[in-house]
Amino acid sequence: MRVGLAQIRPVLGRVEENLKLHREMIRRAESERVDLLVFPELSLTGYSLKDLTLDVARTLRDESIRRLVGESGRIDLVFGLVEEGPGHLFYNAAVYASEGKIRHVHRKVYLPTYGMFEEARHFARGRSFRSFETRFGRMGLLICEDAWHPSAPYLLVQDGAEFLIVLSNAPAKGMGARGMSAEETWYGLLTNHSLLHGTITFYTNRVGTEDGITFFGGSAAIDPFGRILARGERFEPQLVMIDVNPEDVRLARYQMPMLRDEDLELTAREIERIVKRRSEGRELP
Amino acid sequence: MNPVEEMLAQAPYLRLDAELTVELLTRALREEVEKTGFRKVILGVSGGIDSALALFLCARAFGPEGVLAVCMPYRESSPDSLKDAREAVEVVGVESVTVDITPQIDAYFAGFPDASPLRRGNKMARERMSILYDLSAEHQALVIGTSNKTELLLGYGTQHGDMASAVNPLGDLYKTQVRQLSAHLEVPESILKKPPSADLWPDQTDEAELGFSYLEVDRLLHFMVDRRYSRERLVRRGFDPELVDRVHRRVVANQYKRRLPVILKVSGRTIGADFRYPRDWGL
Repeated sequence: MRVGLAQIRPVLGRVEENLKLHREMIRRAESERVDLLVFPELSLTGYSLKDLTLDVARTLRDESIRRLVGESGRIDLVFGLVEEGPGHLFYNAAVYASEGKIRHVHRKVYLPTYGMFEEARHFARGRSFRSFETRFGRMGLLICEDAWHPSAPYLLVQDGAEFLIVLSNAPAKGMGARGMSAEETWYGLLTNHSLLHGTITFYTNRVGTEDGITFFGGSAAIDPFGRILARGERFEPQLVMIDVNPEDVRLARYQMPMLRDEDLELTAREIERIVKRRSEGRELP
Repeated sequence: MNPVEEMLAQAPYLRLDAELTVELLTRALREEVEKTGFRKVILGVSGGIDSALALFLCARAFGPEGVLAVCMPYRESSPDSLKDAREAVEVVGVESVTVDITPQIDAYFAGFPDASPLRRGNKMARERMSILYDLSAEHQALVIGTSNKTELLLGYGTQHGDMASAVNPLGDLYKTQVRQLSAHLEVPESILKKPPSADLWPDQTDEAELGFSYLEVDRLLHFMVDRRYSRERLVRRGFDPELVDRVHRRVVANQYKRRLPVILKVSGRTIGADFRYPRDWGL
């Protein structure tokens, strides 16, 4: 299984140009015999949209989206867009397309709205984490901040995911004496998720600068033992390619049987109890 | 130990990964300029460390032919300033022009012979920025800023003067970090070593005028701004309560300088309040 991480630099607010960028990357990946190509979060629109959100939104029936999905004949595709859903709600969404069809859509659940982020000003919140079947096995999609909530990968894995795909627009920040805290934290999160859940994790982060904010790239693939198998360059557009062996999930889950031993019912029972107490208006203890 | 290393040893939390920071700033600067359609940048070079670092970053980002450095001395400016500015320009090998601002400044203040040093200094800073924007049109070059984070937070700069620019690569670097990166990029020794000065009157130094050293205030600003320590926690950490209060007042009092003018709301969609687009809209 050969996976390509399309570490691109989308042009802010210009869907047509970004579609072209996607098609070029798809051609390149096809010629490299990539099976699954993963673009970053909001790959069709860029990130710092603010009031442009309204202009760049597309429904999944939109001709341009259909054409892009149509490119998934020989290669499975994951890309990001502003999806205009039913009721004219706008979502930060990711599409998994295969054999010319949309197989799954994930709408970002956790919209960062603090500090430098203001996503919930513009986007509606997704309502679910669901794994889905692909020709490589079951997968789950996470969009950037989703991966900062331990429950998100937990639910996807309990729902059968063997692969996690994380689409990201992570900014370069927190510069210190050695590297940036943002980068360290991301690799820490991703390697932990892989290790704790026994998944192969694909992380595509964009590059480029918008309004002075630079996205660091460094797209990565991580095996179920928590080892980084491939890591893209910082700041540079790149097609990162990696051959992974899904067999590793089987081995890891036998050697480290956390999934087998996980007590889902206990978790559900305790969560139900906590939800009940908190819904009665009682605060955290 | 050299002076920069000595400072960073006292405040290790201010130390940057110099190589990575320079790479980040160089790339971001290039991208922010080039997407506007400009291929060239222009900046004022005073002989001080901030404009020297901005100059070195610009030379890296755009190559020697992509940078125009402008020296704008006044008759009372220290001769060393012009000498240091020219040396910096020579080291990076960019094109430069010198515009003496004495005639227009003296002509203007002939009408206000009692103007305070503050007025004179601000007027000079605005005159210089006015020249940069004029030459910007002539040379199709975007104006690059040279104000660092310490100055911006303290409001130690002239609004519409040295604080103006299209893109500012230094605005998220404290003065101590400007010094670290300048040493890393081998800015000439004479610039690294001299005491920082706005050079608005003879023997002026920033630190004498401010009443504290840059290292002192950068340490405080790091904990006050970046780490959001409360006053109580800052004092517990050993900062002089008087300094804490003085600096906090300056940061608050100068907020207006860091923002666009206030627009009085009338319509349903007001620029700034509910007409919100990225600065890079359409680029």
